Amino acid sequence: MTPTLQIFLSVSAALFSIGLVAALSRRHAIFILIGIEMMLAAANLNFVAFWRFGPDPQQPTGVMVAIFSIAIAAAEAAVGLALVIAIYRHYRTTNVDQLNQLKG
Amino acid sequence: MNSTAFVIIAILTLAAAIAAASLSKLIHAALSLAVAFVGIAAFYFLLGAEFVGLVQVFVYVGAVAVLIVFTILLTRRDAIAPERFNWPGVIVALAVFAGLIWAIYKTPVLSTSAGPIEPLTVKRVGQVLMLDYVWPLQCVGLLLTAALIGAVILVMEESDEER
Repeated sequence: MTPTLQIFLSVSAALFSIGLVAALSRRHAIFILIGIEMMLAAANLNFVAFWRFGPDPQQPTGVMVAIFSIAIAAAEAAVGLALVIAIYRHYRTTNVDQLNQLKG
Repeated sequence: MNSTAFVIIAILTLAAAIAAASLSKLIHAALSLAVAFVGIAAFYFLLGAEFVGLVQVFVYVGAVAVLIVFTILLTRRDAIAPERFNWPGVIVALAVFAGLIWAIYKTPVLSTSAGPIEPLTVKRVGQVLMLDYVWPLQCVGLLLTAALIGAVILVMEESDEER
């Protein structure tokens, strides 16, 4: 039995949910970024899986979307981690529960 | 497509992802994340997208994981008390997972297996990237430059006369 598209999508859905747990339930800013990166990687896996199992795998459309998505994810990680460092310099904490200065 | 390899990679990736989401030490979580990214790169190789797998290894394992480790190093003094497990987040994520799985298995057209394809060579990827996708490529270059400058400005030390 070879893996079908459903199996790949299930693995990707599991990865997305694990990333969602990390992004929603952790209080440390870097853990939240780790969760977001994991969700982005799951989305990329979906792009490549749909390309491979799609009707026209000779056209590398899904691969191109995945490459651009990885580039944008790298930019997001760089800016996000720079923000974490800037916030740490300013407030001496990276716990997102203590960053409540904008609360009305 | 080999199903044994698929099962091994899936178990490795999901176990590393769960470790990255649940470990309490930040550095352990970052290294587990790197292992999970290697697993995802192996999925790309399995799917026949070798170039995306290589990019995944270079960008995520090479750059993003190192970036996360350096951020942990720079924010090290921030000792956070062991946090309680946050059940509402887990319940929301489980609900999302159940919804996704329901949608995936409710759609019969998704239960196809892949036909054979010609290997996607790097030459072909480069041709498509430089001919059909040249404007998106330039936009991504611009975006990466902007992100680079933005990240440097964000973490730059303020000089004394500016304070």
